[in-house]
Amino acid sequence: MFIAPRIADKKDWITTETGDWEIIIGLEVHAQVASESKLFSGSATDYGSAPNTQVSLVDAGMPGMLPVVNEFCIEQAVKTGFGLNAKINLFSRFDRKNYFYVDLPQGYQISQFEHPIVGEGEIEILPIDGDGNVGEPVNVGIERLHLEQDAGKSVHDLSPDETYVDLNRCGVALMEIVSKPDMRSPEEASAYVEKLRGIVRALGTCDGDMEKGNLRADVNVSVRRPGGELGTRCEIKNVNSMRFIRQAINYEARRHIDILEAGGEIDQETRLFDSVKGETRTMRSKEDAHDYRYFPDPDLLPIKLEQAFVDRIKSELPEMPDVRKARFMSDYGLPEYDARILTADKVKADFYETVISSGVGGRDPKIASNWTMVELFGALNKAGVELEDSPVSADALGGLIDRILDDTISGKIAKGVFEKMFAGEGTADEIIDRDGLKQVTDMGAIEAMVDDAIANNAAQAEKAKENPKLLGFFVGQVMKASQGKANPKAVNEILRKKLGL
Amino acid sequence: MSDLTKLTLSDALDGMAKGDFSSEELTKAHIDACMDGADLNAFITTTFEDAMESAKASDARRKAGTAGKLEGAPLGVKDLFCTEGVKTTAGSKILGEFTPTYESSVTANMKADGMVMLGKLNLDEFAMGSSNETSFYGPVINPWRKGENLVPGGSSGGSASAVAADLCLGATATDTGGSIRQPASFTGTVGIKPTYGRCSRWGTVAFASSLDQAGPIAKTVKDSAILLESMAGYDPKDSTSINAEVPNWAASCGQSVKGLRIGIPKEYTIDGMPAEIQTLWDEGIEMMKAAGAEIVPISLPHTKFALPAYYVVAPAEASSNLARYDGMRYGLRVDGKDLNDTYERTRTEGFGDEVRRRIMIGTYVLSAGYYDAYYLRAQKVRTRIVEDFENAWQTCDAILTPTAPSAAFAVGRKVNDPVQMYLNDIFTVTTNLAGLPGISVPAGLDKNGLPLGLQIIGRAMDEATVFKAASALEDAAGFTAKPETWWV
Repeated sequence: MFIAPRIADKKDWITTETGDWEIIIGLEVHAQVASESKLFSGSATDYGSAPNTQVSLVDAGMPGMLPVVNEFCIEQAVKTGFGLNAKINLFSRFDRKNYFYVDLPQGYQISQFEHPIVGEGEIEILPIDGDGNVGEPVNVGIERLHLEQDAGKSVHDLSPDETYVDLNRCGVALMEIVSKPDMRSPEEASAYVEKLRGIVRALGTCDGDMEKGNLRADVNVSVRRPGGELGTRCEIKNVNSMRFIRQAINYEARRHIDILEAGGEIDQETRLFDSVKGETRTMRSKEDAHDYRYFPDPDLLPIKLEQAFVDRIKSELPEMPDVRKARFMSDYGLPEYDARILTADKVKADFYETVISSGVGGRDPKIASNWTMVELFGALNKAGVELEDSPVSADALGGLIDRILDDTISGKIAKGVFEKMFAGEGTADEIIDRDGLKQVTDMGAIEAMVDDAIANNAAQAEKAKENPKLLGFFVGQVMKASQGKANPKAVNEILRKKLGL
Repeated sequence: MSDLTKLTLSDALDGMAKGDFSSEELTKAHIDACMDGADLNAFITTTFEDAMESAKASDARRKAGTAGKLEGAPLGVKDLFCTEGVKTTAGSKILGEFTPTYESSVTANMKADGMVMLGKLNLDEFAMGSSNETSFYGPVINPWRKGENLVPGGSSGGSASAVAADLCLGATATDTGGSIRQPASFTGTVGIKPTYGRCSRWGTVAFASSLDQAGPIAKTVKDSAILLESMAGYDPKDSTSINAEVPNWAASCGQSVKGLRIGIPKEYTIDGMPAEIQTLWDEGIEMMKAAGAEIVPISLPHTKFALPAYYVVAPAEASSNLARYDGMRYGLRVDGKDLNDTYERTRTEGFGDEVRRRIMIGTYVLSAGYYDAYYLRAQKVRTRIVEDFENAWQTCDAILTPTAPSAAFAVGRKVNDPVQMYLNDIFTVTTNLAGLPGISVPAGLDKNGLPLGLQIIGRAMDEATVFKAASALEDAAGFTAKPETWWV
């Protein structure tokens, strides 16, 4: 069915005693539509509600109940289709996927099989290795995007011999985004998911929250000799973090190679990833695979989109991450690295643009990017806090940057101020005032401190006149005397003059 | 007061409007008739106490000047329509004591119009059957008895039997392949299946979603029009519901058919059909001609493929629609050693033979490797049948055919021969496959004195013409025969 012409970068080959192998990876990502109500019922979709409190008669599969499609979800799927540079299908249809399970009250899942709402597309990803090195861009083909209902949740650990079922999630709208088998390394796979996450978040069609399971991936893995015949694939279900995706692929590829090198064959099967043990194991074999008996859902009419509807959605699309990244580089002069990190996620990019654009007359983009990425993201990361919940707002960070730019404080002092801001002690100005951190720019006072430093270190001063490298020692002395508040530029200038450099 | 049960719905509504009798009196008379007719096994659940309360409330509304279209009329409801607070079984063991917390859109419309519900009427299990013998609650007996007990047809056998025996003024029914029209033909009553999408399917237990349509069984064509006006209407809760006004169909009854072109499809003459059916059909043609209609020979060439296609599509949809009866949330549950065993025991014990047979057929035709050969091909046949009718409408305005290939047969005669049973639907399934309105009108008696019906099929959304033609046929046939009340 699939062809996979691209051969992996040699660095991504797995070399064993028998030779080289490459990994072929395709992903099916389930992205929960950010909608207030479910795909075919009016039930709410709030996460974390008490079990079975968001279940309508339709969701519970009561006799005679009928689905009615939620148009908002259709719109989100079309939007996402544009984000994937994909073909929007004006005709699509819902099908029933039939199987029995306790968390599937209807006895079938309403999905799209033959006619998905979104067809082929393509996105570009930038794989990054463990050391942060950016690889060559890779194009990943999108096979399709279709809408479907989520199932409920079976809870097996509340009782030793009973299973509890929570139908709150049952019927929630999912977009299943199926890639072509275009990835060749665990890093490419996680870069792809990261990219998808950035796209759906920029569009607002899915919140991308992997911890809540709102974005999760089924990973298809096979191995082959580089450029050779495709191997048999295994599907690893519901992997829900970037790290687990990489781990699962690494484990699975090794497992395939071990089996093949021992003269065995790969059984096409569905597997689970055990994140505790870091391994995959059989969930069901091909023999146990369901025959889902797909057929068009007779309770629903086909979806026929009008071109004007599709055009309107297109005209209202927000800026996509790739476009924004290019703009950050060209308009703000940011290096690729800064632009990439900042635009990978809409919330980050919005935050950054608020930092540089708020305040009077704008702020230096590069200084702002350093402060946003290094200091703020670093602190958030360390504290395990999301940017949305940052204790330092974009305006507040901008206020701090203003005080650096107008020489009120040095960059070094600013780091201390930032820490206090992060701890919730107030705005930059409040902390500077309270702690008396205002930089000394009084030339007379600095000159006096310089004179003291030279007088107290006469021998060093003589040496410094011969060896300008010792200037730093005197700068340090003066800064120490000023408790860090002396303007370093002024200190340097006066020292040079006094020492005749 | 028992003569109140001999009234037509139309006359009963008039009588109450004029103050000749109250809904309470009318309802009481019908409750008595229902109790007398218990041997017919037409009801699964009776709601007589509620009915008397409803009747009193109805009389109060009439006094207050807020009478609805069906104000105070004691009616029966096929037990496929979910009724709030009243057990709903679909004729199956698997639903157990299931009592909905909601009211089907059709019965909600009727209650809003003042219906007094006498109870829930027996039917073939999940509406699968043509004789009402597949019901878990036992077969319904046709009031037209000749020596031995006869079936009332199915699946709306309880509805047909109850109306024919004057247990209620009219009843709701459903029709997936002929389940309104064939029982109407077997019991000397009128039954109409409207255009697909006229009546909301919301709250009606599903058999085959793309074919299921609700409609009434009534004593006269006009009564069926009055009932359908109340049952029909757009419902946003059903995506296949048609957003169109409900016309005044009762007004179409009695209109002249002068110049109306009635098509006679040559393919509806089938091998082995009793001569009296052909004779009745010929008589019907003459009656329509005499009433001023123009008779046009037409061809519906794909008719012979309709029944096989129907018995692929309907079971396919049913196999999926009935998956929800798994013993997990409501109805019967038979615990097994694990989940799959529980599913198997519950569904084996909960479903009867015919339902299990259709679930298996449906599962088979949707299976990988068979889908194209069966389901997809059946859908293609369906498209051809739609086209056949489209072509026919170029030269005619309505079509006249027999309703069923035989009169009512004895209980037990065909129940073990599914193919013989399925042949009952041969003249009725085409309208379900094409989504068209079809009505059965009693047109005569066979040599054994059993009623036979003729069917009028119309264009989609053109029930008005169907009622007009049916009413002309009814007038011309002058069918007044009633079964002897042997059951009292």
